[in-house]
Amino acid sequence: MAERRRRVRTFEWSTAIIATISVAASVAVYMRDGADKVIAILTKDLELLVGMLPKMAAGCLIAAFVTRLLPREVVARVVGAESGLLGLLVAMTMGAVLPGGPLTIYPLAGAFLVLGADVGTAVAFITAWNLLGYNRALIWELPFFGPEFVGWRILIALPLPIIGGLLARAAARLIARRGGGDQWT
Amino acid sequence: MDLAGVISIVIGILLWVLVAVLALMAAMRSKALFREGAFEGSRDFVVLIPRVMIGVVGSGYIAAIMPPDLIATWIGPNSGFLGIFIATVVGAATPGGAVVGFAVGAAALKSGAGAPQVIAYSTAWSLYTIQRLLNWEIHMMAPRFVWLRAAVSFPLPILAGLGALLIGKP
Repeated sequence: MAERRRRVRTFEWSTAIIATISVAASVAVYMRDGADKVIAILTKDLELLVGMLPKMAAGCLIAAFVTRLLPREVVARVVGAESGLLGLLVAMTMGAVLPGGPLTIYPLAGAFLVLGADVGTAVAFITAWNLLGYNRALIWELPFFGPEFVGWRILIALPLPIIGGLLARAAARLIARRGGGDQWT
Repeated sequence: MDLAGVISIVIGILLWVLVAVLALMAAMRSKALFREGAFEGSRDFVVLIPRVMIGVVGSGYIAAIMPPDLIATWIGPNSGFLGIFIATVVGAATPGGAVVGFAVGAAALKSGAGAPQVIAYSTAWSLYTIQRLLNWEIHMMAPRFVWLRAAVSFPLPILAGLGALLIGKP
């Protein structure tokens, strides 16, 4: 329940900012180009939104069912037990296919660390969720950028979780060697 | 119909096939599981609609008032590495939330920004927008780990932008 409350508050905060900026922008458009232009933009964007709705609904339902069908403990155990480059690859795949928002992904990454996953695995997991997550790409990114742009962006982002994971391991080793400790939980 | 439209419809169909398969799997385990999933998915969808609507409609207006000359100069197709770097920093400074970065990125693209620069921007925003780090992430994991993650992630959007620049796509 705590999660749900926090999520709602954050949503209102950032939505309020974008709403304020949008209203200000629409007023600026009105003053510069008149009411016709304001209505033309609104009509075009509402059409875009209507086209998005079926995909959004499907994305929400997929997330809800996968979360129920895939036990979290099993996921945590698999990534926590793995290491090496294979561990990074497993974490990357998990991040890409696991649905859910930041409020489920970040606690899960924290749990991985507690269960003995190394920092590289956790970084690879979070990076993959952010950049390769199908849920996010389909619901949020696709409507704005279209399939070609998103496809190339994801292709370019493919190596990034591994690079991030390797960098995190190197940084953690360096910090530990300088006496900074290796406690990351 | 253009290729993008066809791909969009195919993806829509695939998504709903996936929904049907998952719903069937849930229903085979138990009726309650199916009901819970269907209810939660529908509720999330309804909650999302106003957020997405504000993002989509807002991005249209923001695109209309963005100064094309300024965008073309700073992060246009000819702005190169410096443009990618600027886009990365601006991405980190953009507020979090589900659609803000995508909305602004799409608006910038419409107003003359280069694709590699926009990729760097949306990658930076996805990975380490400062507001999301401070608002959410820092409360859920050890602060020390969050800063380590942000630090090692810093070069990733620049790599993505350079990658797009190198292959000349999208």
